[in-house]
Amino acid sequence: MESPATSQKSALRKTPLNALHRRLGAKMVNFDGWDMPVEYPSSGGLIAEHKAVRGSVGVFDVSHMGDIRIHSGARPGGALAAVQHISMNDASKLAIGQAHYSAMLYAEGTFVDDVIVHRLGEDDYLLVINAGTREKDVRWVRENTKSFDCVVEDLSDAYTQLAIQGPRAMELMTKLTDARLDGLKNYWFTHGTVCGLKNTLIARTGYTGEDGFEIYVPSDVATSEKVWNQVMEAGREFAAVPCGLGCRNTLRLESKMALYGHEISDKINVWEAGLDRYCKMEKGDFVGRAALERAKAAGLRRTLVGIEMIDRGIARDEYCCCDEAGNAIGVVTSGSPSPTLGKNIALVYVPPAYSAVGTVLYVEIRGQKCKAQVVPTPFYKRPKKAAVQQVS
Amino acid sequence: MAYPKNYSYSKEHEWIKVEGGVATIGITDYAQHELGDVVFVELPKPGTKIEAGKSFGTVESVKAVSEIYAPAAGEVIEANGELQNTPEKINTDPHGTAWLIKVRLTSAAELSGLMDAAAYEAYIAAKGQEASA
Repeated sequence: MESPATSQKSALRKTPLNALHRRLGAKMVNFDGWDMPVEYPSSGGLIAEHKAVRGSVGVFDVSHMGDIRIHSGARPGGALAAVQHISMNDASKLAIGQAHYSAMLYAEGTFVDDVIVHRLGEDDYLLVINAGTREKDVRWVRENTKSFDCVVEDLSDAYTQLAIQGPRAMELMTKLTDARLDGLKNYWFTHGTVCGLKNTLIARTGYTGEDGFEIYVPSDVATSEKVWNQVMEAGREFAAVPCGLGCRNTLRLESKMALYGHEISDKINVWEAGLDRYCKMEKGDFVGRAALERAKAAGLRRTLVGIEMIDRGIARDEYCCCDEAGNAIGVVTSGSPSPTLGKNIALVYVPPAYSAVGTVLYVEIRGQKCKAQVVPTPFYKRPKKAAVQQVS
Repeated sequence: MAYPKNYSYSKEHEWIKVEGGVATIGITDYAQHELGDVVFVELPKPGTKIEAGKSFGTVESVKAVSEIYAPAAGEVIEANGELQNTPEKINTDPHGTAWLIKVRLTSAAELSGLMDAAAYEAYIAAKGQEASA
């Protein structure tokens, strides 16, 4: 057997909770240059962690994510104008306390990164970005906001970010904070005392397709470990478990949430990725808009679809897809067994002619053509909650 | 989990047990632990010739695909069919019921170059230290 995760120890970056993960016996891997827990044997491993998030609640250290704050310079309005220029969603629609999914694009209409934009104040925004693209993103944001009257701050190392995810995340969080959370809608955030820390950002966001929260606390080791331990203690009655990046990936894949370097990259445009609803062409100019207009007129060459294996075999990242005759038609961007569905699923870029649900295609697995079919996505959608909580 | 004294072990984390010219081959407890939840196994059919040091199958966890290398040469006489439906047994009983294949060895002498249980335990202990350094 080959070792699946040969870890390179030199110069790996660590979150403030690194020592704690190691004390918990987590299996650590190199994720985009970060020494991160992939799974915790003490939690029962990846599948048990995945099921905890779908069925109850799990806790993730996502401090490797980056944070960029953009706020007003001398005159108000500069930050909004800058955010509008560098991201594709319409930030003018955000209320204070609201967040949305968006992306920063190159002039070619392809992805610098995807991002959650939070409106913190009147002319004050927080962009949460990916770990592997941190430096590139910060450089790109600074470069592209130069002509705007705004201040760009890299706060990436200032926060320890925990994601508390699952249908019982609300009950867990309610035990730890004085903030009113029951009225907090999906993709909104508030500030409150959490584990005794005043003015903590609590967002109803996540990357699992489940209800949940992300909290941002000071990044010193003592505070970070104290908060982690209090969260786990509060979660004990819900059988909360520490969760690693392994199930973070399977959870987001089931929910068809994009991962940078896989479904989105500097080679893939917004239309291909199927992220049209987060791209507001009518809001005015932004970086990448002109190219997207041309791409729309030219028509789609490929589109992202979900497939399910019919034959035995697991489609993995970068495996090739072909038609019945063996002609290459696309590539798997993310593929894995789905712990919730008990099936082998994948996301694949294919020409539009192969994108209809039910279309049969083949994945090449170690020289064998294995049959699969296009299925509706997301693969998994969380059960609807009571009507009261669904309002808007 | 204890490493049986009557097995031999490879650097690639396979074990082999020989009884009267027939060898049983599996992966070690260390290997299953490194892999995590095993969800899929692909094994050769009876009659397949396997070569020492060459891949004869794969074991897949949710996260990763791992090639399994033959610790000795021979001809497959049986593959563990139960693993098709219950691959997770590799996580719970890797040295026992979750064996992978039985092989008629080409030559018993080939087992030289493998480790005994004590040497293998020292080998994986050193790997563990490397990982936490």
